[in-house]
Amino acid sequence: MSGITIPVQTDKPKLAVYKFSSCDGCQLTLLNLEDHILDIAGAVEISFFLEARRRVLPPPYDIGLIEGSISTPEEEERVHQVRRDCKYLIAIGACATSGGIQSLRNWANVKEYADLVYPSPEYLKTLETSTPVAAHVFVDFELRGCPINGDQLLEVISALLAGRKPNIPSYSVCMECKRKGLPCVLVSKGEPCLGPITQAGCDALCPGCSRACYGCFGPMGQPNINALGGKLTGELKQSNRDMKRMLRTFNGYLEPFKQASDYYERLEKE
Amino acid sequence: MTGVDQGVQDVWFLSMQGLGHMVSTLRDKMYTVVAPTARDGVITFAEIDSVDQIAAGVRDEMGPGKYRLIDDPLSRPFNYVVGQDSPKRFFFPPKLELVSMHIEGKRFVLDSTAPKPPKLAILGVRPCDLAAIHVQDRVFGYGDQATAERCETDSYYNLARKQSLLIAVNCTQPSSTCFCDSMGTGPRAKQGFDLSMTELGGGFILRAGSDDGRAIVSELPVREPSPSEVELGQLKIDQAIERMGRHLDTDHLMELFDEQIDHPSWDEVAKRCMSCSNCTMVCPTCFCSTVSDSNDLATDAATRTRHWESCFTHQFSYTTAGPVRGSTRARYRHWMRHKLGTWWHQFDSSGCVGCGRCITWCPVGIDITEQAHRLRHDRNTDHSQDEPIRERGLMV
Repeated sequence: MSGITIPVQTDKPKLAVYKFSSCDGCQLTLLNLEDHILDIAGAVEISFFLEARRRVLPPPYDIGLIEGSISTPEEEERVHQVRRDCKYLIAIGACATSGGIQSLRNWANVKEYADLVYPSPEYLKTLETSTPVAAHVFVDFELRGCPINGDQLLEVISALLAGRKPNIPSYSVCMECKRKGLPCVLVSKGEPCLGPITQAGCDALCPGCSRACYGCFGPMGQPNINALGGKLTGELKQSNRDMKRMLRTFNGYLEPFKQASDYYERLEKE
Repeated sequence: MTGVDQGVQDVWFLSMQGLGHMVSTLRDKMYTVVAPTARDGVITFAEIDSVDQIAAGVRDEMGPGKYRLIDDPLSRPFNYVVGQDSPKRFFFPPKLELVSMHIEGKRFVLDSTAPKPPKLAILGVRPCDLAAIHVQDRVFGYGDQATAERCETDSYYNLARKQSLLIAVNCTQPSSTCFCDSMGTGPRAKQGFDLSMTELGGGFILRAGSDDGRAIVSELPVREPSPSEVELGQLKIDQAIERMGRHLDTDHLMELFDEQIDHPSWDEVAKRCMSCSNCTMVCPTCFCSTVSDSNDLATDAATRTRHWESCFTHQFSYTTAGPVRGSTRARYRHWMRHKLGTWWHQFDSSGCVGCGRCITWCPVGIDITEQAHRLRHDRNTDHSQDEPIRERGLMV
């Protein structure tokens, strides 16, 4: 582990926050928990969190939050060290739990992408695929979302410290919509909403702004994508390409969104 | 609400302007007035402080999986049926903090218990929703002593209902997903209201169903209705029966479910069902909830919260041995069989009031009446001569 290390005597559990291929939005969610950040700092020793503080304490750590997907040879190696350093490893956000937006490369030629984007692509060292953390090491818990929901993060940390199971539901976004009494954008406006197949946790953020859910929390438990697809491609006139793109936006490489997006791609090409 | 007097029902005429008086009278009597408003393109029950907030100038159109609120400048208040939400959330809130406490030494110390409900006057309750409130009364043990002994009483619900005033509006234009007539709950509110109204164009035929209702009327600018006005009110409701969008044959439903427990249509429904839980969330009688605890990081405080849950979610029946009903087929069948059948065993009534919400607000438009019809159409045995199950003493 590189960086400045100062030995500190503490009885508090040690927290580490790691970044891999990502936009930093999930780490920012932790920093944005303004009403609770001091509580967190009081409950755990923030030992490794480069985005928030320069001081680094040596491993091992009790809780590791890992943001980002594995998309470079360096990350592929580093994630194993992270696993060894942390007692509990929690993958946070769509990148870490599904491969993220950058997993679009998994269906494309990475070299073509690199040539388009970078003036000197020969300096890049990158993998052919972008994959979730759990594809490389065992993770103890996965928290979905692009970005994650701050309250859910707080719940996972609180539950872990209290030794109880976190209340992170696997049901649909519709449950949160209906509890909040938000008008259904799919039924009342004909918007192509992914809410009925997407896992709750965002507190129905988009439908709360009269917008359709675009699935950033990934598939719910046992989603019936086919049934929603029938409605969206039929009555709501979405093309197979639209379906593929919607499913691949944030969590495209996560089953069963992956499988369904492949299915709509086949239909698109037929 | 006080006792319901079904015998004598006084009848008055209230002008359209009088509706404003009604709202202000209720507010003067310290009621929190809840009425149908147009919110983001859907008729939604919400607290109002003046009559202008009651949805008007709109009409609704609906079908399986589809709802549209359409601008119609000529449309008067209550020229629409039910929206997504029923009054359920006002008596049985979707999220309720039951208790919060903290640790002192080795003891739990109580900080707060569930909040007190407001004194509610719900204006514009449709007969189906009125029936649904009475179904939930049995579930949460309100009013009826026998039920209260059988079920666990819910203190928030009981207080909210005890304080509440229900003003029903009879239906004169049902939607394409309505089938209250089949379930015997509408389109006319028969009992259980404090006041009922029938919209006539220029005003309303007003009936009192309780002393509380009569007390409100005594402060309103009402007059005696003409015989033709009363007749017109009856006629409009009678016509509504003829225009009912859907029909459900309730004859021996429990036997039908038992007989058709492995009917292939359950598999077909399961292929369409997303187990998204929308049907149960919008159902005015569905009462499932879950209780979860959370703790505060900084202090030793913990909170216990109750949320609406659904028998359609994979995790709801999850035990150490896995979910009790692992497949969508099993969950849909369980829901429908309970709603229309075993509810009788449990609460001595049907769990369905025919409001049609589960049809309209199912994103893929699964139709409970169609499924019931399919089961009946393919049945083998004729049970029409049997006694209905509720008269055979099967109630527990």
